[in-house]
Amino acid sequence: MLANANYWLKTNLFSTPLNSTFTGLTLAFLILVVPGLLDFTLFSAVWSGGPDACRANTDGACWAFIGARFPQFVYGVYEASERWRVNIVLAIFFIGIAALAYEGTPRRNLIALGMLVVFPIFSVIMLSGGVFGLEVVTTTNWGGFLLTLVIASFGIVVSLPLGCLLAFGRQSDNVPLIRTLCIIFIEFWRGVPLITVLFMASFMFPLFLPSDVTIDILLRAMVFFALFSSAYMAEVIRGGLQGLDKGQYEGGESLGLRYWQSMRLIILPQALKIQIPAIVNTFIGLFKDTTLVLIIGLFDLLGTVHSSIADPKWSIPTVPYSGYLFAAFVFFVFCYGMSLYSQFIERKYGIKGHT
Amino acid sequence: MTSTTPAAKPIPLSERLYDPKFRGIIYQVVVLGLLVWAIFIIGSNTAANLNRIGVTLGLGFLDNAAGISVIQKLIDFERSNSYLRLLLVSLLNTLLIASTGIICATLLGFLVGVLRLSPNWLLRKVAGVYVELFRNVPLLLQIIFWYSAVLKPLSGPRELFELGDSTYFSINNRGILIADIIPLSGSFVPIALLILGVIGSFVLVKWATRRKLQTGKDFPVSLSIVGLVVALPLLGFLVTGIPFRLEPAVMGRFNLAGGIVLIPEFIALFLALVAYTAAFIGEIVRAGIQAVPKGQFEAAAALGLRRKTILARIIIPQAMRVIIPPLTSQFLNLTKNSSLAAAVGYPELVAVFAGTVLNQTGRAVEIMTITLAIYLLLSLFTSFVLNQYNKRTQLVER
Repeated sequence: MLANANYWLKTNLFSTPLNSTFTGLTLAFLILVVPGLLDFTLFSAVWSGGPDACRANTDGACWAFIGARFPQFVYGVYEASERWRVNIVLAIFFIGIAALAYEGTPRRNLIALGMLVVFPIFSVIMLSGGVFGLEVVTTTNWGGFLLTLVIASFGIVVSLPLGCLLAFGRQSDNVPLIRTLCIIFIEFWRGVPLITVLFMASFMFPLFLPSDVTIDILLRAMVFFALFSSAYMAEVIRGGLQGLDKGQYEGGESLGLRYWQSMRLIILPQALKIQIPAIVNTFIGLFKDTTLVLIIGLFDLLGTVHSSIADPKWSIPTVPYSGYLFAAFVFFVFCYGMSLYSQFIERKYGIKGHT
Repeated sequence: MTSTTPAAKPIPLSERLYDPKFRGIIYQVVVLGLLVWAIFIIGSNTAANLNRIGVTLGLGFLDNAAGISVIQKLIDFERSNSYLRLLLVSLLNTLLIASTGIICATLLGFLVGVLRLSPNWLLRKVAGVYVELFRNVPLLLQIIFWYSAVLKPLSGPRELFELGDSTYFSINNRGILIADIIPLSGSFVPIALLILGVIGSFVLVKWATRRKLQTGKDFPVSLSIVGLVVALPLLGFLVTGIPFRLEPAVMGRFNLAGGIVLIPEFIALFLALVAYTAAFIGEIVRAGIQAVPKGQFEAAAALGLRRKTILARIIIPQAMRVIIPPLTSQFLNLTKNSSLAAAVGYPELVAVFAGTVLNQTGRAVEIMTITLAIYLLLSLFTSFVLNQYNKRTQLVER
């Protein structure tokens, strides 16, 4: 046992003098950084109490601030008496995702259909209200993590099918006009930063509408965000289409399948499967990009954290650190979780990973 | 016997509908119709809206005085200068953050990528933690964190310095302050030597490659380059008696005066962009190196090549072919992501031109069009260069 450990140390940490030096330097760096970090975030942190408790102890993070503002971070300024509606939507959302992620769930296709078609409609009714006696909650009151999830899910649900259509369009030779339009569409959205896209949604798009029509800023941002994401998704799916053997296309034709049948039954399932890692990566990017809506004045998770920090009542040196670390932690858990799941799928199906 | 050739019977429409070519034409006509209709609707709505608020489209406003000051400018800019010059100032700021960011992110990214494959377990793990930590947290959050949580709460110059104090280096809430470097007489010597050294290195590399191909003889190229680019200017620097002087910044009545200032907006954006992009570049580099089959290394070793030569001549050239395309798209991403500066107020293209100027003039259509066009041109230019590179390095297949 000891010999084994010795051998491991010798090959992995101290194989050459140079390597030993590196090990020593890295260890020194870790000893310098890690204890301080742990002390700040855990041991010396203030876990409960009000602003005064944090003001009294500025050696550690002020988690009490997160506790005090937690409802706002989750719901924004959604009416407190109506938050049960958000809870129901979030609960179904997470249960649905978990059921889809777990391979052993019976009737996964049915659940997927429900989550992609029925659930969005249900969520819109539940969140905005106005029917079935539900009180109306305007979208200006939506915020926090709820808003992050709404924008990200909308982007994901729209960008996947739209991306498929765009990729098909870009790949089809016998409709040159449609092909050119798809290329222009894709390259346009991929060539400009997301902020300018959101600026377009907020400043330029209203000019395109008749003067008596106004569209909610959240909806405008969501639609433009989804169009932006579809362009990226289209390129990922095109990669999958190109990665397939030519014989697959010819096989579909020789079976007498029509274009859409062959795409739906033969090409797309394979193309999507080999691109699962890349698709998940795009989802992760999308999820992180939702934070940009704070620049056009919508309050997602980062936006609510950012604005709560400015509260003079909580004007304590440790509060900004605590707020941003909390937001970073939430995003990290979701993004890293998705990335781990995609790695699991990769291993399971033996797909070669992408970066 | 007379053979009757079947008369060209017109194909009935019902059958034609199953002809892919015919269908293709129908689809395209429909799409074209929709497109023209959409453009018409958008155009007429926009015209009506602009008419209503009394704005006529046009770029004339670019000549008007901007009347705003900019906190960082690479060329002179006064409040009385035009919007066009302001556009140039902000574009240069975008290019500044993009170029410095790209250089540093590439260096750090390659380091991280190589460390991820290091035989040293500890280094490998630390590099892995770095990558996962920085690429899974939104860039905007990282920028705001550096700006609002780290840089802004620093002490101000007033708390750090008394009236008349001077400093060569200081980090405070106004950014990083470095002493001015004043050239003295003779300062052109090391600079000229540096330029000569760079040109000389290019010539040397060409010559050494040609000699290698002709005679097979090696020349210590990297050592000579170090000599030409570092040692030669350094020598000139020392021989001319260090012809530079450091001029410290002095605390005046209101503020520190003199010195070179890196504004906190720049630092926050730079740190976040570099750390974030380097995590992605690290993964690209790792994948690129891993994409070279192990047999390549073994074959080269069997030929008796030294480890250094194997890396330089066999592994890296093949890995680069895999690395370059995604690396270029990371460069483009970094350039586009620099627009997140709008959140902290670094005066680049989006923050100044699409933000402040748009709010001031209300000319959404023109300003958004110009901004989008600039980014599109940058992207198109980059992909053009990339395609040229790909053509040159592509494997010639059967």
